[in-house]
Amino acid sequence: MTAQDTSHAGAPLDLASPAAAPPAKEIRRLPVRKDWPLGFIIAIQVGILVVAVALWQAGADHGWIDGFFWSKPSDVYATLIKFFAGGDAWTDIEYTFGSTILGFFLGTAAGSLFGLSFWWSRNYAAVAQPYMICFHSLPKLALAPLVILIFGLGLASKVAIATALTIIVSALTTYAGVKALDADQERLFYSLGASRMQVFRKLVVPYCLPWIISVLRVNIGLALTGAIVGEFIASQHGLGRAILYAGNTYDIALVWVAALVLSTLAVLMYAAVSWLEHILRKGIKQ
Amino acid sequence: MVAAMETAAKLHLDQVSMTFNTPAGPLVALAPTTLAVVPGRLISLIGPRGCGKSTIFNILAGVLRPTAGRVVIDGVDSTGITGRVGYMLKRDLLLPWRSVLDNVVLGMEARGLSLREARHRALPLLRRYGLAGFENLHPNALSGDMRQRVALLRTLLCGTDVILLDEPFAAFDAETKLAMQDWLLDLWADFGKTALFVTRDVDEAIYLSDEVCVMATGPGRIAETIAVPIARPRQRHDVLAPEFIAIKERCLELLAVDHNPVGEAA
Repeated sequence: MTAQDTSHAGAPLDLASPAAAPPAKEIRRLPVRKDWPLGFIIAIQVGILVVAVALWQAGADHGWIDGFFWSKPSDVYATLIKFFAGGDAWTDIEYTFGSTILGFFLGTAAGSLFGLSFWWSRNYAAVAQPYMICFHSLPKLALAPLVILIFGLGLASKVAIATALTIIVSALTTYAGVKALDADQERLFYSLGASRMQVFRKLVVPYCLPWIISVLRVNIGLALTGAIVGEFIASQHGLGRAILYAGNTYDIALVWVAALVLSTLAVLMYAAVSWLEHILRKGIKQ
Repeated sequence: MVAAMETAAKLHLDQVSMTFNTPAGPLVALAPTTLAVVPGRLISLIGPRGCGKSTIFNILAGVLRPTAGRVVIDGVDSTGITGRVGYMLKRDLLLPWRSVLDNVVLGMEARGLSLREARHRALPLLRRYGLAGFENLHPNALSGDMRQRVALLRTLLCGTDVILLDEPFAAFDAETKLAMQDWLLDLWADFGKTALFVTRDVDEAIYLSDEVCVMATGPGRIAETIAVPIARPRQRHDVLAPEFIAIKERCLELLAVDHNPVGEAA
């Protein structure tokens, strides 16, 4: 009792004193955020594009920028029409699209399986780990010439590069999923009488699916990069080859056209993969 | 006597001990412990942190091999064997991608029943035990106590006669906890399982159990086993009965010894 009394008297705590917390200097209100209507935002977006293209055209016409190196929208448009009328366009698009999609699926599937396989043995995972990190940090595009030599000038070499770029990202991400697996959850499965195969099929695979899915959008971009680089180095078809060829012959308008088609392709594939991701995620939740 | 106990017991811990090798030297997590559980009984383990509750639990579940001693279930040595007992933790560990019904049938499925057959068997039980209307929902849509009910049903349906419950209601507020306890007693009476219940709540331990094992630390051990001679089915007002209070007093006394270094030295 006495001990309590002295502690109270010894250290008087005056919580009401102004020293406890200085008063706010000014009255603050929550910042107000006002959203523009969607139509207005789209109008501004389109407006910026139109102004940029118009400035480019005017700049080239009036000699503010060098039309030879920068080309101009009207030339690009004319070349675009010619490109699609000429017949090569669809072959090139098909070629690039084909190698990208093949590389994307091969790399994602093989990488995911590879990542999942680490669940089976911690020792195997530990042995494989440095090789994975090594391959991940290796600038794989630097090896592209070698890949072309091995797989030839055709589609196979482009698919190989696209696969090489995607496989390791998928493997590492899936492995992250495997590592995040709850040990209690796994033990519970065993306590319910499950076999290792059952734990793998009913727990590990569904648990890692969100990780696998999360890489899809990254991988489609990587696969496209791989395919284009493959075409840059040596190819007879493809949008990458078209860009390289056009650049070498100073056909700048054609460079723009090929780049434009390529970005359209990229956006379409990105949208398709996002849709796929959406469907898969919904599938998991249900 | 020991042999007779072993044959009669559903679950028998025979001189089980556990020593962990730590950088600071060997750590005795559990001193040699013997415990026999009669079929169909509900036994509680209660004690402070570090008394070896979880160690006993993990050894029984087969996920931890004891340093010495053996675990006998139904007269068969089951030391280090998984799948002989069903268990349940504080966390419900439901699979978020499976519906309530499919979570409940997991154990049956693991034992080779087709999903269709397993669902067929589980559905009436879900309806009977207060989960009607939730069958096709996913766990995320359920409240914590509902999820834990699903988890308990999953444990009961996994086909083992012995179930281990590790602080299953520790996360709930007092009111929910009481409802869950009564619900557990209903299911336990219906299913006739032998159950081991780990808790830190003295009232919960006494209210649920036939026997309360009060544990102590340094090294982890069972300090005393107290029988609870209160008739079943238990009523809520049983907690005010003189025998309940007497047992509670004894439990608190034993637990208090552990908090008092002088008492421990003595």
